[in-house]
Order: sequence, then C-alpha cells, then structure tokens
Amino acid sequence: MAKMTKEEVIEVAHLARLAITDEEAVHFADQLEAITNAMELLNELDTENVEPTTHVLPLVNVMREDKSIEGLPRELVMKNVKEHEGGQVRVPTILD
Amino acid sequence: MNFETIIGLEVHVELKTESKMFSPSPAHFGAEPNTNTNVIDLGYPGVLPVVNKTAVDWAMKAALALNCEISRHTKFDRKNYFYPDNPKAYQISQFDEPIGEHGWLEIEVNGEKKRIGITRLHMEEDAGKLTHTGNGHSLVDFNRQGTPLIEIVSEPDIRTPEEAYAYLEKIKSIIQYTGVSDVRMEEGSLRCDANISLRPYGRDEFGTKTELKNLNSFNFVKKGLEHEQIRQEQVLLAGGIIEQETRRYDESTGKTLLMRIKEGSDDYRYFPEPDLVDIVIDDAWLERVRAEIPELPDARKARYVSELGLSSYDAMVLTLQKPISDFFEATVKAGADAKLASNWLMGEVSAYLNAQNKELEDTELTPEGLAGMIKLIGEGTISSKIAKKVFKELIEKGGDPNKIVKAQGLVQISDEKVLLEYVTNTLDANPQSIEDYKNGKDRAIGFLVGQIMKATKGQANPPLLNKILLEEIAKR
Repeated sequence: MAKMTKEEVIEVAHLARLAITDEEAVHFADQLEAITNAMELLNELDTENVEPTTHVLPLVNVMREDKSIEGLPRELVMKNVKEHEGGQVRVPTILD
Repeated sequence: MNFETIIGLEVHVELKTESKMFSPSPAHFGAEPNTNTNVIDLGYPGVLPVVNKTAVDWAMKAALALNCEISRHTKFDRKNYFYPDNPKAYQISQFDEPIGEHGWLEIEVNGEKKRIGITRLHMEEDAGKLTHTGNGHSLVDFNRQGTPLIEIVSEPDIRTPEEAYAYLEKIKSIIQYTGVSDVRMEEGSLRCDANISLRPYGRDEFGTKTELKNLNSFNFVKKGLEHEQIRQEQVLLAGGIIEQETRRYDESTGKTLLMRIKEGSDDYRYFPEPDLVDIVIDDAWLERVRAEIPELPDARKARYVSELGLSSYDAMVLTLQKPISDFFEATVKAGADAKLASNWLMGEVSAYLNAQNKELEDTELTPEGLAGMIKLIGEGTISSKIAKKVFKELIEKGGDPNKIVKAQGLVQISDEKVLLEYVTNTLDANPQSIEDYKNGKDRAIGFLVGQIMKATKGQANPPLLNKILLEEIAKR
C-alpha cells in the first residue's frame, strides 16, 4: 500500500495553484492515500497484452479542413475581461 | 584544462496555415490585437478542439524534409502550466509520440561537412503574446494563441557557436523550401532556445547545462553561445560549479544574464489530451505528403555544381534562400550565363539588399531584366561599369534593360574610329604623360584612361580603348 505524505499533497496543490493549509494537507493526504490505494487494485489485473487506451471510442483521425472563420468581435472578447487597455488584456506582470 | 562545448537547439516554427491548430479562427500575423480569437482559443468551458488537417500534413512534410521517421500512430498530450499567455492553463502538445523522430540534417562549416541529429519534431499550439509594459503589468494579445507550431529538437551534436548558426540557417532553408512557414525570426515565425554545457575533453557524461532565451536573431544565438561558453569555462576553471539555470541574452551588452535557477525539472504533468482522438498515418497519407516535398536545398546545390558548373560554395550560398535560388533559376532560364547570373546575385544584388535591408521580392528587379542586362554585357553593348548604372535602375525602377541603355545613351563606344579620336585628342593634350610612361611610369596609362573615360562618360569599351591607347603611344 502506497503512502501519501503531507509534503506530496502540498507539492501537488502548488502545481495546481491551490492554496491549502497544513491541516488540510494532512486531511487530504489521508483521503488521497485511500483513493490511490483503491486504484492500486487495478494493478492486480494482467494487462500484458492490452494496448494502452486513451479513448474509449474506436475513433481516429478526426480532423477539419484548414478554413478560417472570422474571430469574435473584440468588444465581445473583452466582456469577461477584468481589465483591458488598447484592445489588450491587462494582467499583473509575471516574469517567466 | 580544456573543455568541449556541447550545444543542443530547440527551434519553434509557426506553420502558415489559414486557420489555427485546433480552432477555425484566422492564424495570420499582424492583425489588430485580440481580433483573431474565438471561444476555443480563449479556453471557454465546454468547447472542443478539432485538429487542422493541413497542419498535420505540413508538420509531416517538415519532418520528412528533415529526414525524420514518421510515427504511424501519434497523439496529442496536455502540458499543464500557469502563465497569462495561455487562458486554458495548458498547452496541447505532443509528449511521448511525436509525429517525427530520429531525423538529421547536414551542415558545412569552414568546408567541413557534419551531420546534426534531430531528436524529435512535434506538433503543438502557440501561446498568446505578452508585452511587459514595465510598470507592474503586462498586456496580452491572444491572436497568436492556437497558431500551429512545430518544435524541432536537435541532438546535442553541435560543438561550436558557428555550427549552431549553420544548423539554424539550414533548418530555416529546408523549412522555407517546403513552404510550410515564412520562417521569419523578426515576425516570430521562427524562434530558438539554446542549451549549452561544457565537459573536459575525453569525458563521456555531459556537464550541467544552461538554457539561453531571448535569442532574436541567428547572430544573437551565435554571440550568446560564444559568451556563455566563456562564462562557463571561467566558472569551471575557478573551481566553481554551473547551476542549471535559464539565462537571458542581453542584446545591448552581448552578455547572458541569469533569469532563474531551475530547481528540479519542470513538472508539467503531461497526460493524453482527452478532447482529441489519436492520429493514425497510413502509407497512402504518408506517400501523398512525401510527393509534395519539392527539391530541397542540398539537391539543388548538387545540381548547380554538376549541371551548371558552379563552385560548391557559390551553389551553397545561392540555394540557402529559396527566393534567391528561384530567381537564379529563372534568370538562367531567361538566357543568362549561370556563372554570371550567380556572380551578380551574390555580388551587386546581395550588396544592394543588405544595404537597403530589403528582400529580393520587395525590389523591382526581375529575372528577365537581370538576364537581359547580362546579355548586353556579354554582347559588348555595355561595359561592366555601365552595367552597374543599368542595374541600379533595374532594381529600383524595373524596366527593359535594352530600353534603359538606349534611352540614357549608355551604349558602349566600340567604334575604333571614334575611340581613336578621343585617344588622339587626349594624347595631344597630355605630352607629359606620354613622356612619363616612356620613362617607366606605368601609372601614366591609368591617368590617360581616366581622362578618356571622363570624356566618354565611362562609355569607352575598356579592352578596346587600352589596345588603341598603347598602339598610339608607341607611335609617338
């Protein structure tokens, strides 16, 4: 049975940009451990001759022709934008 | 201690499709900010991406042109990251099944040929463009969001900044020939990041690498690598260690500056893109795309050497850029001698384009015009010197070289009687020069030729003038 630590939960929360407290991290560690352990059951199955499956539907090559459709009017695009300036979205600077 | 430099390059190329990779909004450079987007690009809930078939064709075309093996089964993956250039908080890319792998291209540096391996070529979507205003906030234009991209990753086979430059020139050239991208670094349709590390000669394992960003021209790639190579060497020789870090090239100082230290590897939590099904490439599809690949620069170069008798170097320079190479072929087809056409394109034409900072297609010069002018030189109608005047007219205003020569009275004087008259008059007026020449001062001839050229406005046929002048001096 795999062990889920508080540190791992904090790391995953950070990657997903979730703000959690130390107490929550301990709480979620227990829950996540139970979930991953339940998933571990699947490892008991013999998948030696099974192709990895990424989709359940037997579909491949779903594509469209390269035709363009005019973009949305900018006023509409900006409706859900908190701050904008000169037709561009204004965000706090985050240096990569 | 001497160090060996190890360089690997990551090149991003935007495909010039009409629409985006996964959405039908227009994928064109230069539109008003945020006018080429739709709900898919903007990451609205409930939308579904659909793959652009042409983008897959073109990625495959580029991969084949770079000698890659095509994965017959390929898929897209989700790369998760948070940054304001991408409203979805993930980029659709390819992780473990890139469309192309195990490719290579050949470069030539100082006459030495070398093969550089290409690890992989994969498809992905571009992100929006951020402009940092410098006062705590940035502006985002999502027009570029979703533009089809291919990322080409080289093997760590590159050993010098010059090889890195040659590799980039070659990638640009090959992609330009396939026609799938404009490959213009100034417009961002070709971008490059460089990884560089040093190791003592003879050691197998690589040293710690740094990644260089903000390399906005091939020249900056070369200069940035040159600087980083020296910086790393100095750190190592002083007993220091190289940190795995990202460094930014500063164009104004030519130095690389620390951006951030990488702690551990980035964790993008890739997983198969659930909104897109897999792509299976059968023989028919692969062969159709392969058949669309035109003659590539290496093949053209070989043909120019074997069929047209050009030197290997000239053929390489001429074939580097497709527009120049196409122009050269059209000029030869219009009747010009290949060697002369090559000299003009690599000489005067190239000098003009560099001085004016223009592309050949932005000028008025046509293959017919250049061929016509070269023929006029060959026939002796105009001298090479006068040709430069005609050339300037042709490249700036265009037109028919025959008409230009006639209209401006530029026809070379090849009539011996006319030339004799000029020679006689000049000799009569300059007895001292005749004496100087007879006393062994060869420079006197140059002076006399200069006087006659001045009198004929440069139109005297040079070899003929020389011959008559020497004959006449001898008689005196």
